[in-house]
Amino acid sequence: MPTTYKAIATVTVGAGGASTIEFTSIPNTYTDLLLKLCARGTSNAGAAGNVGYLKPNGSTSNLTRRILYGTGSAVGSDTGTDWAYYVTPSDHTASTFGNTEIYIPNYTSSNNKSASFDSVSENNGTTAYAMLSAGLWSNTSVISSLTLSLAAGNFAQYSTATLYGIKNS
Amino acid sequence: MAITYEPIATTTLSTAAASVTFSSISGSYTDLLLVSVPLSGSSDNLTMQFNSDTGTNYSTTILTGNGSSASSTRQTSTATPYMSYYGLTNATPSPNFYHIMNYSNTTTYKTTLSRVGNASSSGGVDAIVMLWRSTSAITSILIKQYQGNNLSSGSTFTLYGIKAA
Repeated sequence: MPTTYKAIATVTVGAGGASTIEFTSIPNTYTDLLLKLCARGTSNAGAAGNVGYLKPNGSTSNLTRRILYGTGSAVGSDTGTDWAYYVTPSDHTASTFGNTEIYIPNYTSSNNKSASFDSVSENNGTTAYAMLSAGLWSNTSVISSLTLSLAAGNFAQYSTATLYGIKNS
Repeated sequence: MAITYEPIATTTLSTAAASVTFSSISGSYTDLLLVSVPLSGSSDNLTMQFNSDTGTNYSTTILTGNGSSASSTRQTSTATPYMSYYGLTNATPSPNFYHIMNYSNTTTYKTTLSRVGNASSSGGVDAIVMLWRSTSAITSILIKQYQGNNLSSGSTFTLYGIKAA
């Protein structure tokens, strides 16, 4: 019986923080990838402090997204030219980390690559964010690395990310 | 170590097809998860039938965003439940997830949670709950397009069984 979900690697940010979290040399032996991120940022730079980016193979080109979001008081839908997700910024409730799940199917295929994001940034205050997002990378390359970064500041200590490989047989 | 997720079957279309069916689904799991990346030459939406039921025994509640606004809508007593809405099917690969809860019980109606997204310029993001008003155990799932367009070659569908313990 196959082991369907296998943890490929886990990164936990140490004291002093980290500007990026990277998974490199991803094996091409799985069908899909699942990235689970629990993250807090060191910035309180307004909206930028809430946002992180995922870069497949380090790329910032040919990325698009469509999101459905809620802020605690409003809902909306938006587009962008990146693969964005939410983190909890430094001025939100202490010891609170945003959670994100990113699913990338058929990451070794010769088609363009798609991704599904579920992401939240909780805060015991007036504003927090939740999003559902669809991402497209118009690139046919096999995804061999994933880089997580932030729009402002660093990942705070104890932020963690685990990359899983999923086999369909 | 217990195997929680088990792949039941995978279909990758080598030629265009009107539908994909998973049949003779074992009742030995707790829940089902269908992961698909459907493709279509014409813009369309997915719909689904359980156990070949073509009656108006389905309903949906849809939360959706099209890139500029968010909205919600619903269907009642339909034979063709929307399993995607703005997260439509076209030439852009888009991941679709269908969580089918407690599918093998013979006491309650069956509920499916859908997460669908398509990042093309005409696409969007959906969260959909679908109800099938039947107490039958689900033993087959048919996936096709709402307007009848073919699913294109390269479309992928994998059905996983999930065991609670």
